[in-house]
Amino acid sequence: MSQPISLRDAALADLAGIAARHPDTFRVLHPSRLRAAALGVGAIVLLIFGLWRLEFSPARLIDGFGQLIHFLGLMLPPDPGTWSRTLLIFRGLAETLAIAFLGTLGAAILAFPLGFLAARNTSVGRVVHFLSRRMLDSVRGIDALIWALIWVSVVGLGPFAGVLAILTSDIGTFGKLFSEAIEAADRKPVEGVTASGGGKLHGIRFGVLPAVLPVMAGHVLYMFESNTRSSTIIGIVGAGGIGLMLSEMIRTLEWGVVSFIVLLILLAVAAIDAVSGRLRAALAGRR
Amino acid sequence: MATALTRLPDDRLSELLDGYRAAARGPRRRALAVALCIAAFTLLAGHVAEVDLPRLWEHAGAFFGYFDRITALESGGGRVWTDPAEWFWGWQKWGLLLADTLLIAYVGTALGALGGFLLSFCAAANLVPNRWLRGTARRFLEFCRTVPDIVFALIFVIAFGLGPVPGVLAIAIHSMGALGKLFSEVVENIDMKPVEGASAAGASWPAMVRFAALPQVLPNFTSYALLRFEVNVRQASVLGFVGAGGIGQDLIEAIRKFYYNDVAAILLLIILTVMLIDLGTERLRHRLIGALESRA
Repeated sequence: MSQPISLRDAALADLAGIAARHPDTFRVLHPSRLRAAALGVGAIVLLIFGLWRLEFSPARLIDGFGQLIHFLGLMLPPDPGTWSRTLLIFRGLAETLAIAFLGTLGAAILAFPLGFLAARNTSVGRVVHFLSRRMLDSVRGIDALIWALIWVSVVGLGPFAGVLAILTSDIGTFGKLFSEAIEAADRKPVEGVTASGGGKLHGIRFGVLPAVLPVMAGHVLYMFESNTRSSTIIGIVGAGGIGLMLSEMIRTLEWGVVSFIVLLILLAVAAIDAVSGRLRAALAGRR
Repeated sequence: MATALTRLPDDRLSELLDGYRAAARGPRRRALAVALCIAAFTLLAGHVAEVDLPRLWEHAGAFFGYFDRITALESGGGRVWTDPAEWFWGWQKWGLLLADTLLIAYVGTALGALGGFLLSFCAAANLVPNRWLRGTARRFLEFCRTVPDIVFALIFVIAFGLGPVPGVLAIAIHSMGALGKLFSEVVENIDMKPVEGASAAGASWPAMVRFAALPQVLPNFTSYALLRFEVNVRQASVLGFVGAGGIGQDLIEAIRKFYYNDVAAILLLIILTVMLIDLGTERLRHRLIGALESRA
């Protein structure tokens, strides 16, 4: 027990000597540290400015958190109320899953050719490559909720608009992921196919596709997980699924139903995650 | 230099082809089974989601017509980009709202990163031996990231009133969940030698975290937080749909009231902002990673 203390004492006794031998470590304000400190101070100033500008005030926060605690008390126990409402909620959940499934599948199918056009090694020309890249970027820049609003005004309220919204917003993501997978693919199989007399399409079919298909399938499964989350909220703007019910129940302050729906969403998402995690592990294992 | 390749004799060729077919049969059959499964699910899901392809076909024109309408000047004559002054008549208002949106995303990310930062050390298996504390922290983070931020926003709007405050809090809580998980994974992958060294020299738990764990994880943390900021800018732009501040409020009003040119202007502004932020954070992250690699 006495060993560390004596070491410390020894170090303290020779503090001036150590400082003279390692001046850099003992400098109070190292240049790199100064820059980090300036960045930190800037970030904090911006944070405080933001809190002020966005009208945060202690009174409002205390008031709001009091309300929240009150709501939390009302949320227990989770209670769907009547049987007919329970049925409606489960129907909404089924719709949500269907929206996520169809949206992901449709987006994957449509993005498949786009991915090849947007990948540098399989595209048909620089212009096509550039244009498809930019198009995918701007599609990706618009949130699924905005697409849902647009599709609702095109095909009317209902889950179909939700399917189309998820589909459109995911084309951008899939196109980018697919093209990156294609660009990362090994060039040698393609050269082999070309050497034995295959054309460009043969090269893609027998050289690129077998390598990228498992990667793409992994991405699709992963996006399916993420889409089950986004399709739970798309109903807020009237595009089907459980979100409509949820937002209505929040607005009418039926807290028991709200907590029931949230619980259901948590369970559904956990189940989907588990299943698709298994499938993805199997895919990765087979490769 | 043309050389004629001799074709293999037919019996040799058929042997090779048979071999290829036999090898391809198994995977092909499996692919067919998967395709059938997917087709069955598609039909079922199509029924549940009320997919109506004829209706889509009928209204497909309306979808492209929508983009035609929003880019045609409402005062008649020409496209919006021929008269930017009229198109962006509200640029001052929208610019301010856009700045607010960015600020909401920033404050939300900062608060969320702070919360995730504190919780990640509690959720990391290598630093916290207590199973109950770790489990609780993990379940809490899971809850925060599974409930979508717009649902939090809906609830907070009722508790805190309309405005950016519920939006910031919703983004903060969701980011805390998402970042807390990523952060704790980073913490679990650190080199344990400095931790052991600090403990051996008699450091308390906070001192051990500060001097042994923090220097290893900080660059990764910053990189993840920047990535999250990108996501949150997108999210903040739609939180206004439920009254939680930002430019979303004006966008949904413009869409619902059919102010077509405003829809086009706001959408363009949002897309440009998101792209700029993406580019900026990507640069920053590359610099961070570069700095990390040069040090290693």
